[in-house]
Amino acid sequence: MTNEIPPYRITGETGEWELVIGLEVHAQVISDSKLFSGASARFGADPNAQVAFLDAGMPGMLPVVNEVCVDQAIRTGLGLHARVNHKSVFSRKNYFYADLPLGYQISQYDEPIIGEGEIDIDLPGGVTKTVGIERLHLEMDAGKSLHDQHPSKSYIDLNRAGVALMEIVSKPDMRSPDEAAAYLTKLRSILRYLGTCDGNMEEGSMRCDANVSVRKPGDPLGTRCEIKNVNSIRFVKQAIEYEARRQVALIEEGGTVQQETRLFDARKGETRSMRSKEHAHDYRYFPEPDLLPLILEDTRVEKIKQSMPELPDDKKKRFVAEYGITPYDASVLVAEKEDAAFYEGVAKQGDPKLGANWTITELFGALNAAGKPITESPVSAENLGKLTLLIKDGTISGRIAKDVFAEMFETGKAPDAIVEEKGLKQVSDSGAIEALVDEVLTANPDKVEQFRGGKEKLLGFFVGQVMKKSQGKANPGMVNEVLKSKLSA
Amino acid sequence: MALDKATVAHVAKLARIKLDDAEIEKYQGDLNAILDWMEQLNEVDTDSVEPMTAVVPRATAERHDVVTDGGRQDAVTENAPDAAHGYFVVPKVVE
Amino acid sequence: MTKLTDMTLAEAVDGLARKDFSAVELTEDYIKAMEASRPLNIYVTETPEKARDMAKASDARIAAGTVGPMEGVPLGIKDLYCSEGVRTQAGSHILDGFVPPYESTVTANLWKAGAVHLGKVNMDEFAMGSSTTTTVWGATINPWKRRADDKTDLVAGGSSGGSSAVVAAHAALAATGTDTGGSIRQPASYTGIVGIKPTYGRCSRWGIVAFASSLDQAGPMTRTVEDAAIMLGAMAGHDPKDSTSVNVAVPDFRAAVERGVKGLKVGIPKEYRVDGMSADAERLWQQGIEWLKAEGAEIVDISLPHTKYALPAYYIIANAEASANLARYDGVRFGLRVEGDSLDEMYENTRGAGFGAEVKRRILTGTYVLSAGYYDAYYRKAQKVRARIAEDFERVYETVDVILTPATPTPAFPVGQDADDPVAMYLNDVFTVTVNLAGLPGISVPAGLTAEGLPMGLQLIGKAFDEETVFAAGRVLERGADFTAKPSFLADAGI
Ligand SMILES: [Mg+2]
Ligand SMILES: [Zn+2]
Repeated sequence: MTNEIPPYRITGETGEWELVIGLEVHAQVISDSKLFSGASARFGADPNAQVAFLDAGMPGMLPVVNEVCVDQAIRTGLGLHARVNHKSVFSRKNYFYADLPLGYQISQYDEPIIGEGEIDIDLPGGVTKTVGIERLHLEMDAGKSLHDQHPSKSYIDLNRAGVALMEIVSKPDMRSPDEAAAYLTKLRSILRYLGTCDGNMEEGSMRCDANVSVRKPGDPLGTRCEIKNVNSIRFVKQAIEYEARRQVALIEEGGTVQQETRLFDARKGETRSMRSKEHAHDYRYFPEPDLLPLILEDTRVEKIKQSMPELPDDKKKRFVAEYGITPYDASVLVAEKEDAAFYEGVAKQGDPKLGANWTITELFGALNAAGKPITESPVSAENLGKLTLLIKDGTISGRIAKDVFAEMFETGKAPDAIVEEKGLKQVSDSGAIEALVDEVLTANPDKVEQFRGGKEKLLGFFVGQVMKKSQGKANPGMVNEVLKSKLSA
Repeated sequence: MALDKATVAHVAKLARIKLDDAEIEKYQGDLNAILDWMEQLNEVDTDSVEPMTAVVPRATAERHDVVTDGGRQDAVTENAPDAAHGYFVVPKVVE
Repeated sequence: MTKLTDMTLAEAVDGLARKDFSAVELTEDYIKAMEASRPLNIYVTETPEKARDMAKASDARIAAGTVGPMEGVPLGIKDLYCSEGVRTQAGSHILDGFVPPYESTVTANLWKAGAVHLGKVNMDEFAMGSSTTTTVWGATINPWKRRADDKTDLVAGGSSGGSSAVVAAHAALAATGTDTGGSIRQPASYTGIVGIKPTYGRCSRWGIVAFASSLDQAGPMTRTVEDAAIMLGAMAGHDPKDSTSVNVAVPDFRAAVERGVKGLKVGIPKEYRVDGMSADAERLWQQGIEWLKAEGAEIVDISLPHTKYALPAYYIIANAEASANLARYDGVRFGLRVEGDSLDEMYENTRGAGFGAEVKRRILTGTYVLSAGYYDAYYRKAQKVRARIAEDFERVYETVDVILTPATPTPAFPVGQDADDPVAMYLNDVFTVTVNLAGLPGISVPAGLTAEGLPMGLQLIGKAFDEETVFAAGRVLERGADFTAKPSFLADAGI
């Protein structure tokens, strides 16, 4: 798609500024046990109850790689159309922190499991843009520090320590907060389709670091700041926007941007420097000597390739081709795989085009208002499909259909039953409609006069009156036709 | 490349080892002697050599994804110098 | 009848199986010997009650006829092996009072084979040293003294100096050691016993406090080659908990011991004739060549050209790995904590007070060689040199079956010597360290006494996973040397 949308710019004192954004996403791998130990990777246990001695950094404990975590990384790599590296190497990233029991994080450095790939992001107006993926690597999560339990102490829980993460690093290809949001939305959608990460940002199973810099359009890259651990897509947009404006203001005042790590304060909507991390890091990466290189056989990668689900982009293309819906509607419908599956049910049982509209506007709206997920929709895909058929074949009008839908949502009943029960069938009998039209024209001789005198806008008035008399059941197309012929007679 | 005291102090900081001035001076001497001695590796031609990270020339073994561990809060924390309510306790961390 | 504590492991196991004496009797005699050995400062944690219980259980198994290969054998365990419920400190202040809630795989294998745990023995702090003097427990004294001068305390070698001394002093029938750069073979040489570092990956490292992960290997320290073969057989085996443990079958090592060397090609590397090598080492090496020849081996002169670079490469790699392996000692989850106002201060205070001078020196060196801007010049370069050293061995093993060298350039030295000259101290490992870099098996076998009356060993280096040839050739050296000398301490202490 090449629809032109104006580039996002920040207007400063000295002119227009362009944003350059790269995102690093830490996605928690869906697995039963941790990346290197047999402790559970699930949330919600007593402190330190899901900790193997390795996770606590006990002397002499050794890591052994979880094969499912490796498979999940391969699967994700394939989903990102990325290169799967047949040899990758785990490395130690050395630093001291209370929730890092080993004194190093086992990660991957110069030889990650997944190399370059790409994601197509969906922008308003059906525009898509390709964002490059730099790499994906596997690493272990840290534990959790609780700072508010005691006035002078921090409490450490290592349940999370060692849980597998995929760090997915984008290229600095995004140019606006909206593009960053679209990237995260798309990435989350792909991860959920793949079943490799649940994508829940609020619970921390997907965390985002944003690298932001600004430049005058056409200039070389500016110095970037890294905003750490932003935990919702909305906050990512806010943080990027704030940070970009801060950098513009700083440069325009004659200052220079320092490369640093910053925190986003969601309450104030600001980013601030992380003083505690100020002194230069020197992670002293080196190959993890407790592990040997990770070698992936072709057959293993091929097997995973064979089991890949249809991903959102392919599904979107298919929906457009197969159901004739707009690319925009298709992208909305495929974002969550449960939504897409529901829509496919609607399209198969009913009219695909009407089905898309009704799913997106009526059903999603009603579910939203009721706070229900699609999996608990009181309206089944089959029934929503039937409803679209009733509209399509003229059994009921769109207007009546809304009432029927409300009833369906309330009771879970089938639409034909509701129409039958309440006598909502559309009146398409020409004799009956002519009678109604005659009644209305007879009751409003002055308006008929005015219409015939050239005030053609009054047609709407007559239509409304006829519909009202029919309690909304008259076929609006026929009402129009009959009115026109009688008025011109 | 002779190490100065500031470098020794920086390295000690990276390694989180408290050294007083006398120790810094002592380790400056030791480290310089050791590093000088290590310099002889530059005599070896290693242009065409891949660095050897492991002597075992094979792939790392992998584990099945099965929960086999955990549920031992007491054993995990029993050696801790300071623990409370099942947590490890450290001086307050300010972010 | 000979004293129970004078028996070899093979004799003891056979005697127990024949019910000539009981495991409890054997253990009781060793508990007495353990107590008598206290002047040498070998045991750092004695576990006599545990030993008695295990011996009783052993007798029950003997009675039931379910005898393991190490049945009833009382062992000293290096303080580096985590022992469930028994204080384990790796010779360090920083692990003060640490009681592991788990047992290392290798010791668990030994207990499964019927062995008895007498206690934990001394070592250099975190296995970093060649003298067993850099330890929170104080130096271990070698049971051997020089002939002319029986006053000077000599080192028992290191880092497995407690393990070597305990076997030489007959205060355990055998001991576990670990060898990162020579820490089994050098102390074995200094105390007149046998020690083998098996091929890297042969024994599990799980539950052994790590020094340098790509080099550390567990091994037995015993009085005879046959004993070492029996004990290694019990220690070794694939462990899925150690990703570097190799999944190959453990051969019957004991069966290989008497294979002989007829037709074997034995390489003599010219680069091992180093400056500072004693006349004794030279003489014993020549003798070793004669013994092997006499039993039908063919002697081949070989060259291992990168030998002289092994030590500096080793110290870069080992210290780099150690700097990370020792980061976990931070006062949070176990061991010593020295409080501070902030987390970082607590770390620095704890690690400043908890580590000894040699450990600090190595952590600092290791941190430096990995730090930004120096990685390529030191660490990466050392790994490339390591590859060169491994290539040297691969090349010579196309033509020879095993390599003979001295185990150490000199015999045991006085406690305190070279304590303030790290590089001089490092030279102790000059003959042993190449073997660790290449991951090969190496054994030290007592070859005889020096002019001063101190034992010295010869080293045999084998192909990867060919410990059998090493044992066979080692047995020929043992027979040739007919080493029967005993340290004066045995008579002095009445052991
Ligand atoms: Mg990162
Ligand atoms: Zn990361």
